[in-house]
Amino acid sequence: MNLPGSGILKGMAVTAVNFIGSFFDRAHAKRLITEQYPEERPILVETSRSFPFLVFDGDPEKGIRCTACKICEKECPPQCISIVKAKDANGKPILRPQIFDIDISVCMGCQICVEVCPFESIRMDNIYEVSAYDRFGTLVLHKDQLLKSNEYYRQIHPTEAAQTDARIEAVRVKKAAAKAASAKAAAAKAAAAQAAQTQPEPAA
Amino acid sequence: MHFLENLPLATKKYILDLVEAGCGWLCTKLGIALPPWAMPLLLTLASILIVIVAILAVYLAMFAFMSVAERKILARMQNRYGPNRAGWFGILQPVADGIKMLTKEDLVPRGADKVIHFLAPVVMVAPVLMLPAIIPYGQGMVPVELSAGILYFFALGAGTELAVFMAGWSSNNKYSVMGAMRAIAQMISYELPLVMSAVIAALVAGTLSPTGIVEAQGGYSLGFIPNWFVFTPWGFVACLLFFIGALAESNRCPFDLPEGESELVAGHLTEYSGFKYAIFFMAEYVGMFAINGLLVTLFLGGYKAPFPFLEWIPSWGWFFGKLAFLAFSMVWVRATLPRFRIDQMMQFAWKFMLPMSFAALISAAAWYYAGRGPAAWGLSALIVGIPYLVLGYFCFTRRHTADNRTYLFSE
Repeated sequence: MNLPGSGILKGMAVTAVNFIGSFFDRAHAKRLITEQYPEERPILVETSRSFPFLVFDGDPEKGIRCTACKICEKECPPQCISIVKAKDANGKPILRPQIFDIDISVCMGCQICVEVCPFESIRMDNIYEVSAYDRFGTLVLHKDQLLKSNEYYRQIHPTEAAQTDARIEAVRVKKAAAKAASAKAAAAKAAAAQAAQTQPEPAA
Repeated sequence: MHFLENLPLATKKYILDLVEAGCGWLCTKLGIALPPWAMPLLLTLASILIVIVAILAVYLAMFAFMSVAERKILARMQNRYGPNRAGWFGILQPVADGIKMLTKEDLVPRGADKVIHFLAPVVMVAPVLMLPAIIPYGQGMVPVELSAGILYFFALGAGTELAVFMAGWSSNNKYSVMGAMRAIAQMISYELPLVMSAVIAALVAGTLSPTGIVEAQGGYSLGFIPNWFVFTPWGFVACLLFFIGALAESNRCPFDLPEGESELVAGHLTEYSGFKYAIFFMAEYVGMFAINGLLVTLFLGGYKAPFPFLEWIPSWGWFFGKLAFLAFSMVWVRATLPRFRIDQMMQFAWKFMLPMSFAALISAAAWYYAGRGPAAWGLSALIVGIPYLVLGYFCFTRRHTADNRTYLFSE
């Protein structure tokens, strides 16, 4: 049986240890774990994600991966994506987005657009300072704001980016192989045809 | 040493001399001959004014500092930083808070009793600002030398209960009334052990004068242990009882039931905003400092130094040091203990603190008449120790459970 009142003393000791420890244990980050936000930035975990962005390779105009297929627009649960296909000089649609808008005040960060994209062109960003004074203007991100390079993607999500790069590389290799094979087959066919043609007629 | 010790009194005398010289110069300049009673009257008024200004300045500065220090200490105990944005280490936080308070709208509810609603903060702050008058801050530094100072303190201190109920009743709000009723119940219950433990110190010192009580604690036994009342068995118990009672009287954790924000919004302060709220807030803190000052006076040896070799620190330095320690302890307790339930709070007052204060009173009397020697020590320790164990084991170790309720109108 404890002495009456000993529980209070124990509790007081706990708070005292915390109080004194807060002046000494800072280096070990045991206490005072608050990040002093504007001065100290949080170290984000690699899997952290906020809003989608568009990946391009090399040149932001030519290297854009998006083909304006609108799958993400259709799949987006809160319907925050809006895409308009680009047209060439003759008014014929081409595989480029003319307009690509994401309303981040609507986006819920579900990553479904990333899952469904067949061209690995939309990916999740980890920006978090997106507050704005204007509700309808600034919170709608346009194509030029959304376009970010693949190097940036490698920097923020290295593991995912490596996997994506590997997939693209595999597709490219496969396509090249298929192309080579078809070229070879065509060449063989042509050669065969030529051989048939050039084969001298047996003397009758 | 002597310079620092005499600094407050010398400053007062210097200002009085200035006033006297200035008045004399003015009179000769204007060619007025003052009647012989005028100059002493003027000087008395001037000295009263100086003391009032000094008390107000010191207490309000302590209040401002405490409001930020409390939050910082509390934060450290909860592994947070606390306010550190306004100024250097958050030192300008009270200024920011004050400006915020003053610029807020002063709301009066439509159904409120407007006169009482307005008067309540005034009735609250007036007695509280009069409390510090009898506390001896240093050697010869007592603003009003009252022979019944303790009586004066408690008589005035009881006035705040009226103000709390005025605030609660006039707000025309159920939370306010409930908070005010709790406050009345709590303050009256804890006034008893509080006064009883003050009586103990007065009994042993043989006087109700705060200065007399401090002087009774002067000197050292065995050459180094100060003769403070807290270092005797009965004094230790009475000091703790007084501290707990002071917590309850100033509505601080764990006795903040009257304004428990998770239960009663803010109790009697619910309908107050802006400057009136700030007045209540200030009264609470000044009252807390005053009652801590009385605790220092009664049990912690007032302005006396704890060791003979530390007497070079000025006496008022010791007083305010002890006061700071007590204020820190109150924050410490606030960080540690959760709020009482209302029935626990009443039980604790009537079933534990009141019997313990009677035991401490008897123990003090026994110590006094048994010659203050080792035998007296043992006797008085027994007289407070046995009730403590008995009450502790039999009143509070059994878990109290409410009877099963039968709900008449809901199923």
